[in-house]
Amino acid sequence: MKKAAHICWLTLILLFIYIPILVLAVFSFTDASMVGGAVSGITFDNYIELFRNEELRGMIFGTVALALVCSAISTVLATLGAIGAYYSKRTAKTLINAANQIPVVNADIVTGFSVCILLIVIMRISKDTFIPLGAGHVVLTAPFVYLSILPKLKQMDNSLYEAALDLGATPVQALFKVVIPQLIPGIASGFMLAVTLSLDDYFITTYTKPSTFDTISTYVVNATRGSQTEVKTALWALSTLVFLIVIAVVIGMNVLAAKRGKKK
Amino acid sequence: MKLRFNRKQLCIPYAVFLVFFVLAPLFVILYYAFTDGQGKISFSNFANFFTNTNTLGTLLYSFSLAIVTTLVCLVIAYPTAYILARSNLKKKYVLLLLFILPMWINFTLRITALKEILSLLEGNISAYPFLNSVIGMTYDFMPFMILPLYTSLLKLDKSLLEAASDLGGNKLTVFLRVTLPLSVPGIISGMTMVLLPSMTNYVVLDMLYNSTYIMGSLIGSYFSAYDWNNGSMISLVLLVIIFIVTLVTNRFSDKDSNARGAVL
Repeated sequence: MKKAAHICWLTLILLFIYIPILVLAVFSFTDASMVGGAVSGITFDNYIELFRNEELRGMIFGTVALALVCSAISTVLATLGAIGAYYSKRTAKTLINAANQIPVVNADIVTGFSVCILLIVIMRISKDTFIPLGAGHVVLTAPFVYLSILPKLKQMDNSLYEAALDLGATPVQALFKVVIPQLIPGIASGFMLAVTLSLDDYFITTYTKPSTFDTISTYVVNATRGSQTEVKTALWALSTLVFLIVIAVVIGMNVLAAKRGKKK
Repeated sequence: MKLRFNRKQLCIPYAVFLVFFVLAPLFVILYYAFTDGQGKISFSNFANFFTNTNTLGTLLYSFSLAIVTTLVCLVIAYPTAYILARSNLKKKYVLLLLFILPMWINFTLRITALKEILSLLEGNISAYPFLNSVIGMTYDFMPFMILPLYTSLLKLDKSLLEAASDLGGNKLTVFLRVTLPLSVPGIISGMTMVLLPSMTNYVVLDMLYNSTYIMGSLIGSYFSAYDWNNGSMISLVLLVIIFIVTLVTNRFSDKDSNARGAVL
């Protein structure tokens, strides 16, 4: 009886979470112009539009490229930062940890607005150079990469690095062949986190982006203000595709993790 | 000696980055908040914020929306996390993933989906602005509440629950006097994860046709009007709120580690 009630509750919440996404997915395969509207046939037009419309294609490509490039920069910067800070003196470590925590607890909108004022208003760097946008996304993502690497550093066996040096490795070799391989799980999950944060961002992007550039977030928000039906229904297709990709990535990562767990 | 020096140096790029892109923008906000358009020291932005009934009304509306959203999230997420963490299902991790998976789908796409469903149910969605905003934000931020609650409920020591019931506590007593107090750190961190974004994420309101301003919308409108000084003042107010919330949170998490130390 109690168990049935529990299952009921969980089902109810899952319905709340997934009904909008699934209903939108169903309607993305029809020619309806609104959810619940008249359907006269099943079609892939929305999906074709997504790849045919140059604006949409450019926006999707831009979003993904921005996320990958910024996450890569963040990952390099934060990995080195975390390794360096871990071996630094207590004061330096505490200071870096504290500064790292600021963008984590801060509201995205304040981060975005403050980066915009410093780079665009005071330093007069043109938005069209993509420098403010890139910097904004690195500020957003790097601290999370840093945080996902720290626990791996604490778990690491310190004597391996010393051993590598004793055996004649240069510090650079020891870093790349001994230290970084041990941090790979942390670096990988940090990178993934950075990508998802960057893909999801709206506020930092709006305040720092060139006016002709759009990410999925800014594009969708602008599109809901207008009334272009074609674009609107193509976005349903985009939502469905993103949903499927997320499911595939989550399943893939868990299968990988399970395999790695078995090997050990 | 030279080798240790090398490792520490790795954090220099990240430290410089943090100073330039994280700390400097905050000082710039502080400077702009207390100067006027000509760069003269001025308290008019400060006075403007605290005497203008519009901005104070916005602060009040933000708080009520954020508090209602946080409570709704808590009421839905706590039983969910409790059932998930306490269940003896083998695959409870997979089940948890189902609940937090939406976190990785772009929030503007998710709100688009929700908006379509709400339009279907309510007809004219602009008729229920507050209700829809609460639903939208709950839909958006729920995974961030479930996750910390699940973590804190999962690591709860089961023998404490057994001890409490052996000592004669009925189920309600055990829950109220053992489970609930021990999950307070999870509750607090879940609440902050929801409270702060729901004060600033005005995109959810925009997309659901709620034209009332929240704190985030103020920054957005000052940004559009190139009014950097008043925008900075709002950012500063948000920073102070975030700072206070973080202080409170840290107090609770310290208690938590002490409590755990006592148990051990």
